[in-house]
Amino acid sequence: MGTLYEDIIDCGGAIFGNEHLETLRECVQCGKCTGGCPSGRNTALRTRKLMQMALVDMREEVFNAPELWFCSTCYTCYERCPKGVKVTDVIRTIRNLAAKEGHMSVPHRMIGVYVMKTGHAVPIGPDQMKLREAVGLESQPPTAQKHKDQLEQVQAIFKATGYDAMIDFDWATMNLKGMDKGGKK
Amino acid sequence: MTEESKTYAYFLGCITPNRYPGIEAATKTILKEFGIETEEMMGASCCPAPGVFGSFDMNTWLPVAARNLAIAEEMDLEIVVTCNGCYGSLQEADHLLRANPKLKEKTNKILGEFGREFKGTTKVNHSLVVFHDVIGLDRLKEKITNPMDGVNVAVHYGCHFLKPREVRGHGSSEDTYILEDLAQVTGAKTPEYKDKLMCCGAGGGNRTADSVQSLEWMRQKLVSAIEADCDCMIHPCAFCHLQLDRGQEEMEKAFGIFFNFPILFFTQFLGLAMGLSVKELGLDEQVTTMPDKLLK
Repeated sequence: MGTLYEDIIDCGGAIFGNEHLETLRECVQCGKCTGGCPSGRNTALRTRKLMQMALVDMREEVFNAPELWFCSTCYTCYERCPKGVKVTDVIRTIRNLAAKEGHMSVPHRMIGVYVMKTGHAVPIGPDQMKLREAVGLESQPPTAQKHKDQLEQVQAIFKATGYDAMIDFDWATMNLKGMDKGGKK
Repeated sequence: MTEESKTYAYFLGCITPNRYPGIEAATKTILKEFGIETEEMMGASCCPAPGVFGSFDMNTWLPVAARNLAIAEEMDLEIVVTCNGCYGSLQEADHLLRANPKLKEKTNKILGEFGREFKGTTKVNHSLVVFHDVIGLDRLKEKITNPMDGVNVAVHYGCHFLKPREVRGHGSSEDTYILEDLAQVTGAKTPEYKDKLMCCGAGGGNRTADSVQSLEWMRQKLVSAIEADCDCMIHPCAFCHLQLDRGQEEMEKAFGIFFNFPILFFTQFLGLAMGLSVKELGLDEQVTTMPDKLLK
């Protein structure tokens, strides 16, 4: 584990290329990100502050801030940053690092549960099948939820990347471990 | 292949087929009307949601998206989508994997375990672009039987259709025209309104993190559209649709006020202007109801 900045480069760089994340160094704290942020006008999210906290290695403060999860990834700051900081991808990368260290809410972890169980974050049920029939469609689309062998491929990816362990998924119950105790933080 | 016989692999995602099948029906029906076929992608999964799985673990987000892309590649077809989330994930994954051979190799090692491979041979199209550029405004105009004269439409792009520009490639993310063009082809007007470019509030796990707070963004957006004398809102995103339509029911519970401000996916709006019924378009099965003004 290096500094938070180094970890952002390592983690995000593998996906976006290092230079993409290294734009964080260019931040001059002008605040244009915060000024245009739809979340910032409604929540405690201050994007400028978040960028600075990342640069000065305030790892625990950043990871424990609830507002880290109030970014809707709208990319307004990303497009407007006069220094070309790839702000939204910096935030997504910080969230990846936070999630890896267990900072992930139960409702957020449940989205993974749905995909591992059905292949879909928003699965179909009997009521929705009727809605489909009412507009002249097949009651169930031929997606991963309908085809077990296809769903198994999706599940294999979650196993291969360790996502199942990251959210404490229990393959025996097809749910989060210890849900009766409210799960971990 | 002539334009008349064009076929796309329709990537349905989750919300279109599983919550708002009217969007799927409207899109398929109108594309067919213009000689464009859609084929189902057998075994496709969640895209997976870009702001959610991209926020939690990009190393899982990418291979799941790559697997969906590989399905379309196996069909030898380009993809069409009806959700900005699906567009966001699939187009970005395609973009990243094409640009980075090491990432592609790593991803294909995972997909290879079940005999699939990302090659980089499909293209991810948003239905909005197919309607605007492949069908085109002139041909659309010919099919308008129920003009929307006198109707003011609030256009809502959602975030991931336009941004990030370097991946999406639709020009400016703030000086927009595609959705305006498609609304105006029906005879409707598209007034500017204060929060036109504002996010619906749902993305990036925000709706899951704090639903009431996310509804407040939406409330502000709807109020500004209503203040600009708009009669309805049209958009190109199934996920925004969930927030903007079902969200109004949740807003009633949270804030004690029901706006009943009509929300339509853009193909549903075009469908009404082309004489399709509320029932055929699934508009009778959602929270917000359609006013007489839209039903001529």
